[in-house]
Amino acid sequence: MPASQFNNFTDYGIGIGLRAPHYNHILSRKPVVDWFEIISENFMIDGGRPLRILDQILEQYKVVQHGVSMYFGSAERPNREHLRRLKDLIQRTKTPWLTDHLCWGSVDGRYTHDLLPMPYTFEAAKITAQKIREVRDFLEVPIAVENVSSYAEFHVSEMTEWEFLNEVVERADCGILLDVNNIYVSSQNHGFNPHTYLAEVPAERVAQIHIAGHSKYRKYILDTHDHPVIDPVWRLYADAIRRAGHTATLLEWDDSIPSFDEVHREALKANKFLASESLATAV
Amino acid sequence: MNLLSLQRRMAHAVMTPLTPSEGMRRISPNGRPMREVAAEFIKPNDRLSSFERLEIYNRQYWFRVLSSFAEDFPGLRAVLGGRKFDAVAKAYLSACPSRSFTLRNLCSRLESWLRRHPTWAGSRQALAIDMVRLEWADIEAFDGKALPALKPEDLAGADASKLRLRLQPYLRLLDLRYPVDDLLLGVRGDEDTEFSSNAFSERRKRKRVLAVARLEPTPIFLAVHRLEESVYFRRLEREEFLILSKLREGKNLSSAINSGLQKSPIEPPDRPAKIQVWFHAWAALGWFCRP
Repeated sequence: MPASQFNNFTDYGIGIGLRAPHYNHILSRKPVVDWFEIISENFMIDGGRPLRILDQILEQYKVVQHGVSMYFGSAERPNREHLRRLKDLIQRTKTPWLTDHLCWGSVDGRYTHDLLPMPYTFEAAKITAQKIREVRDFLEVPIAVENVSSYAEFHVSEMTEWEFLNEVVERADCGILLDVNNIYVSSQNHGFNPHTYLAEVPAERVAQIHIAGHSKYRKYILDTHDHPVIDPVWRLYADAIRRAGHTATLLEWDDSIPSFDEVHREALKANKFLASESLATAV
Repeated sequence: MNLLSLQRRMAHAVMTPLTPSEGMRRISPNGRPMREVAAEFIKPNDRLSSFERLEIYNRQYWFRVLSSFAEDFPGLRAVLGGRKFDAVAKAYLSACPSRSFTLRNLCSRLESWLRRHPTWAGSRQALAIDMVRLEWADIEAFDGKALPALKPEDLAGADASKLRLRLQPYLRLLDLRYPVDDLLLGVRGDEDTEFSSNAFSERRKRKRVLAVARLEPTPIFLAVHRLEESVYFRRLEREEFLILSKLREGKNLSSAINSGLQKSPIEPPDRPAKIQVWFHAWAALGWFCRP
């Protein structure tokens, strides 16, 4: 049963990111996986092997699209070619919802290919929300925006990150892809309590949750997606599930990728928290 | 500072090349200390200065684009050697930052940039350009569009003087001065050899490049194509290349054949059989698509 208008997929369970080193394993062994998340940009192409693999995956699995370069927070208008290709891909995958990041990364037509942090201003919230609406109207699919990890804050910011997230999603009337690892990384880099952030997230808008690992350096933490999830992030996840209820959950592992089984095992640890939530709801 | 001006300022800083020791430059391209520039829009915290926080993004940007460049052009790296290759990558990416939402297109302007800046490749300019053309064609053939292949019945009753055959969009035709196809396959083979050490693999690559660089330029003609979703290089005879190129330009069949066989050393009595063999091979490889 849907938990809210933004969480229509309470039965989606636990997915993992579809990554090239696992293609052969998935296609030959056909492991039981609730769903796969694909990076949209990897498949916004005209033809060839990636699309053939995607079609084979689509025959057997549910797929959700996750983007890395829509840059809702960039001051410039959406790139029409990007939107056209994204729409083609949506028609192919029939993704039930689409996610991308609450960040910027391009300016004056030049792309950094990074997820750059937003200045938390009312002007930025307004521009970002307008762009989310524009993209959603063109693509005709529900959109959820993901909070990013960040390593810098701006003097011009007028609010906290969670206030900015609220401001944007309320104005855009969109969902949230809540990345609990990103909340943790940013909390360590900027010195706030991650549970305070979580408590302020509008739970009814959480459409999906990301979990991941990161790398710790002497003075900061980098969101590298190359390690297992650490306990403080699992605790945040448990908190998020308590607040938002059963929510489609995905483990990201993008670098130093271990075997499929290892990634899947790590993702399935989320079951423990989902099960406790089910028990609590039943009681 | 509004959103656009903040983003312009930060993007400019992030895309400024790193120092040789891979840190952020102390002085910005317009002569101002980067500490001042960073402090104007980025807050410091208890562990990192504004400069250090901005530097994280500056380094991430360059590591990402340089690694994408290196991944796409192992052949060019072998031709130029590691140090010169890194210099070319930095110079190209500084002059031609990405204008696409996908890193796949990062090096779409590399060939034209290299032609305009011949000093970067030095004496190996021609070899380097050939390699760049081949490696870019490989990228385009890998994920280019494939249309339904032409079937014999599509040609029923066709008049050769009017028939226009369409080539698959993924097919790339190259005229090259060096046998860079063999060189690239050798380089890839060296990289895939798990049992050899890096030093051994580098030495072998250098030897391969030297052997090709010493060759007198001899034109070769190549089709970079796709079969069962894998990319292959197929050597073509000069006439094959010319006929296929004319077909791609939209010439009709008889005009393409006539153009392709002009100045050909193939004796006229041998030509019909040759043409039949060529067309049979092209059709079998699925290079023709339905109009």
